Amino acid sequence: MRVQLTVNGASMQADVEPRLLLVHLIRENLLLTGTHIGCDTTSCGACTVLLDGRPVKSCTVFAVQADGRTVSTVEGLEQNGVLHAVQEGFTKEHGLQCGFCTPGMMMTSVALLERNAAPTELQIRQAISGNLCRCTGYVNIVKAIQYASTKMGEAKAEKQPAAAGRA
Amino acid sequence: MIPAAFEYEAPTELAQAIDRLAKYGGEAKVLAGGQSLIPLMKFRLAQPARIIDLNRIAGLAYVRENGDLRIGALTRETDLEESAVIHDRYAIIADTAAVIADPIVRNLATVGGNVAHADPANDHPATLLALRASVVARGPRGERVIPIDDFFVDTFTTSLAPDEIVTEIRIPRAAPQSGGAYVKFERKIGDFAIVGVAAHILLDAKGNVATAGIGLTNVGPTVIRARRAEESLRGRAPDDKAIAAAADAAAAEAEPVADLRGPVEYKRDLVRVLTTRSLRRAVVRAKGGK
Repeated sequence: MRVQLTVNGASMQADVEPRLLLVHLIRENLLLTGTHIGCDTTSCGACTVLLDGRPVKSCTVFAVQADGRTVSTVEGLEQNGVLHAVQEGFTKEHGLQCGFCTPGMMMTSVALLERNAAPTELQIRQAISGNLCRCTGYVNIVKAIQYASTKMGEAKAEKQPAAAGRA
Repeated sequence: MIPAAFEYEAPTELAQAIDRLAKYGGEAKVLAGGQSLIPLMKFRLAQPARIIDLNRIAGLAYVRENGDLRIGALTRETDLEESAVIHDRYAIIADTAAVIADPIVRNLATVGGNVAHADPANDHPATLLALRASVVARGPRGERVIPIDDFFVDTFTTSLAPDEIVTEIRIPRAAPQSGGAYVKFERKIGDFAIVGVAAHILLDAKGNVATAGIGLTNVGPTVIRARRAEESLRGRAPDDKAIAAAADAAAAEAEPVADLRGPVEYKRDLVRVLTTRSLRRAVVRAKGGK
């Protein structure tokens, strides 16, 4: 079947078997290997991508289901050579060790911060509870997301000084 | 893991989906959120020849309260969890949605799928039993409203005909002085319940229990209604003694089997403990608390 989807802002087409999983389309047809396959059983979240802005486990979605829809992967986070605040946070706060969970973890974080710009620690921990990390114990991942939240908040305040002043 | 090959169709009208299902009979499986079906297909425990994807059909995802509460079958768990009506008036359903799998799975997982899959480990069935809900199904012969007590037949088996699709869940309107809670005990987020208990009560003018509904998750071949526990509460003040008696009755009514989540005695005692907790919270909520 022919599918057309927008991946990281670019329109893509592929001819796929219905049984092809979205994660395989992303990695093998589109060669975007930043999205990882971990458990392959909907548990670990390493394959998390955003489908129409919401985090989903791409090992548990058929590629045909994404026809006509928008997919965001870790490769789309960096813009014009500048890391996304979440990527910067993971770097600065040492939010990874082996890095295998990191792309999924960051996609979940990006979606969280889009819906809730200043999450509490509990909200962060709840949001990433479907993403498993076996290295860090999550402490630095939480710090990385808090870093991104603060940085994105500051950037927003700088862009809208008048609005910030009124508040 | 790669599923066996299948033919895929994504109709945009419910009537088309029913038509396809009637035509293909047992060959076809309906795809909603896919969070149970796709893993089963990857393990090749399910190898449907055809998939009818419901996700392109508009109008199957909603939460409406006019008269009773109506939840469209394709409503995602995340949307249920975040619904103001659910949060404010049907806390037991918010409890339930919030503990299903993990937050990422909940972005796709649907209420209709959770019910139609008929896995005794799924969480909505116990809550829907406690609430005395109905499942609405549509087939070539029209619409059928199935009382929840007649819906679950066996493990992974419902009373749906092969050509019927679950379209809606109906729940009696939340009455004043009623409240409920769902409590799940799991090894970790994303796991199935070791045990889950849903309890819902309606208090009369004197503050005694007028009716009680108690559903048990993952302690039998299907979700279980703890009838004797429900009966034991009727007409009594919901005090510690009455709750303890109901919890003992529920534990006796459970039919757990030993597995990697624990032995029978442990699970039975968990039913007792979680029935106590869910009833206590139900009482608080029936009296206007959180």
